[in-house]
Amino acid sequence: MRRQIPALASLLVVAAVLCLLPFVVSDYNLSLAAKVGIFFVAVLGLNILTGYTGQISIGHGAFMAIGGYTTAVMSRDHDTNLVVTMLMAFAICFVVGLIVGLPALRFSGVYLALVTFALAVSIPFIPLQYSTFLGGVGGVTSSEEVSNLWIYVAAWSCSAILFVLAWLLLRGRLGRAFRAVRDSEIAAVASGVELPVYKTLAFGISAAYAGVAGSLFVLATNGFAQPSEFDVFLSLELLIGAAIAGLGSLWGVLAGAAFVGLLPQVSSSVPVIGAEHGRDVIFGAAVILVMLLLPDGFAGLVTRLRRRFARA
Amino acid sequence: MERAETSPLAGLRARGSAIDGGSAAVVLLLTGAAIFLLVGCLQSEKFAQYTVQGLALGSVYGALALALVLVYRATHVINFAQGELAMLTTYIAYQLMQWGLSYWAAFAATLAIAFALGTALQVTLIRPVQHSVIAVVIVTVGLFILIDGIVNWIWGGFPKFMHSSFGFTSFDVGGVPIRHLYVWMMGVVLVSVLLVWALFRFTKLGLGMRAAALRPAAAALVGVRVDSMLAIGWGLAAVLGAVAGLMAEPSQFSLSPEFMQPILVYAFAAAVLGGLESPAGALVGGLAIGVTLTLIVGYVPQIGSELQLPFAFAVLLLILLVRPSGLFGRREVRRV
Repeated sequence: MRRQIPALASLLVVAAVLCLLPFVVSDYNLSLAAKVGIFFVAVLGLNILTGYTGQISIGHGAFMAIGGYTTAVMSRDHDTNLVVTMLMAFAICFVVGLIVGLPALRFSGVYLALVTFALAVSIPFIPLQYSTFLGGVGGVTSSEEVSNLWIYVAAWSCSAILFVLAWLLLRGRLGRAFRAVRDSEIAAVASGVELPVYKTLAFGISAAYAGVAGSLFVLATNGFAQPSEFDVFLSLELLIGAAIAGLGSLWGVLAGAAFVGLLPQVSSSVPVIGAEHGRDVIFGAAVILVMLLLPDGFAGLVTRLRRRFARA
Repeated sequence: MERAETSPLAGLRARGSAIDGGSAAVVLLLTGAAIFLLVGCLQSEKFAQYTVQGLALGSVYGALALALVLVYRATHVINFAQGELAMLTTYIAYQLMQWGLSYWAAFAATLAIAFALGTALQVTLIRPVQHSVIAVVIVTVGLFILIDGIVNWIWGGFPKFMHSSFGFTSFDVGGVPIRHLYVWMMGVVLVSVLLVWALFRFTKLGLGMRAAALRPAAAALVGVRVDSMLAIGWGLAAVLGAVAGLMAEPSQFSLSPEFMQPILVYAFAAAVLGGLESPAGALVGGLAIGVTLTLIVGYVPQIGSELQLPFAFAVLLLILLVRPSGLFGRREVRRV
């Protein structure tokens, strides 16, 4: 029990800061904080897959696209309550994740990375082909527009709920099975862990998280779901967020989400390179630098710092 | 496998050719496909044109797939920046031509620059993290974004036009017009692949590179500089990528920062179809993907060019389901 006190304290600090934030920052900064919350959900989900189960996915932007289009289409056609559309996005992405993960996860990690990359590159073409239903290049507009505060509250409520859900899922049998798969597939099989079942499940769960993030993402862009918003770079950003987060640390996931949520915004005002391209140059360079300096992500840094303090 | 233990050279050769008794079905399948294409070409002019176009595009996919396979064999990671690297080198060739070099001079200079670039990237960015597969993948993903940003920054996002010496003229083969460009594409890729193969097969450097890829520790013990070999491998992969980029550019009509992204996906599909470990497989896979996609887009209007990529994705999934080790791959045996 005593070991959990610092973890609980840090959780309370984060929660308190998040509750106070809307009262002190401007509307624009609140939208940025909401964006971090959206990425928090997606990175949290992807962390279940990469961090706990050791599988690389470069295609979670595709699930964000599916979740986002679910929200936009349901809102456009049936005026569905937005919270209900998020639940639908969760369910649909879970099922699609299982379907995509089922064949891909039977093989080693590199194949999964390849398949998911192909998924990420090819998904924006689907709305272009079925343009009557999915709006083509112009995209789909949901019937409701929501305020920045609404998005902020929704994003961080989802974050809190899904964080607790992840904690409940991962602390028991399922989490142990996931970690066994990551550490050694052969040892996991020998101990009775059914690889396809658990790998597919991890993929489905993380896809469902990405779906919720996608539906929030669409609402945050004025309820617009556009193919160009869900290009391959979104998937790359998510994977980068998960890698920077490292393994199983709340602080890590926060850092990863803040990195991918804020850096493009911050770096687009770099003087020399110019607003349009500064984003990619700085982002790419920062990613490489972080990986060279912190190969275990922020979670590794936190562990190292904690050890240092414990010794002192 | 036993042979591989007693004589490393024989083992390497067996690994290189990779067609053994168990793959008779694959040979049969490929022969069948070739006969189908031949009959189709003799029957219909349109079919023949699609086939030639498909083979030309397929050779480009094959060249890029071969670059991926070279890196994968040496280090068991996929270089996700391979396509963007090819795109960058194509822009360099464009710039050299703007400065007044002729097409083929720019071509040669670009290959040299690509080699230096690939080697330098491996030494500075990949080597420090090469103990962790995930870290290497993330670094290549970072490179992907960085290169894209740099190219957009320097050259802008608007399409550029290169004046290649291929033009729009055609040969006339038995009444079927065949564009010069397609013949050049196949020829250039074939020559570069043969040169790379010869390097691996007949030179001491190539022997060292094969040894470093196959048994790094043992190779180091007999005096092979494994680190340098891996760096040279990245350089060669970048050269093959540059060839793919330069040959893909005229078939896409213009040069834009994202023009290699779909081609990278086709190259992934080709490499997986070939087995990810087999250079010959990558080439055959590239040709197969190229011809299949061109024929399907030509004859099945429902798929159209918008659904070409999702279709390639479906093919990739199907290959993994039916034959995860690819056409030419060997079943992976892992030791605990």
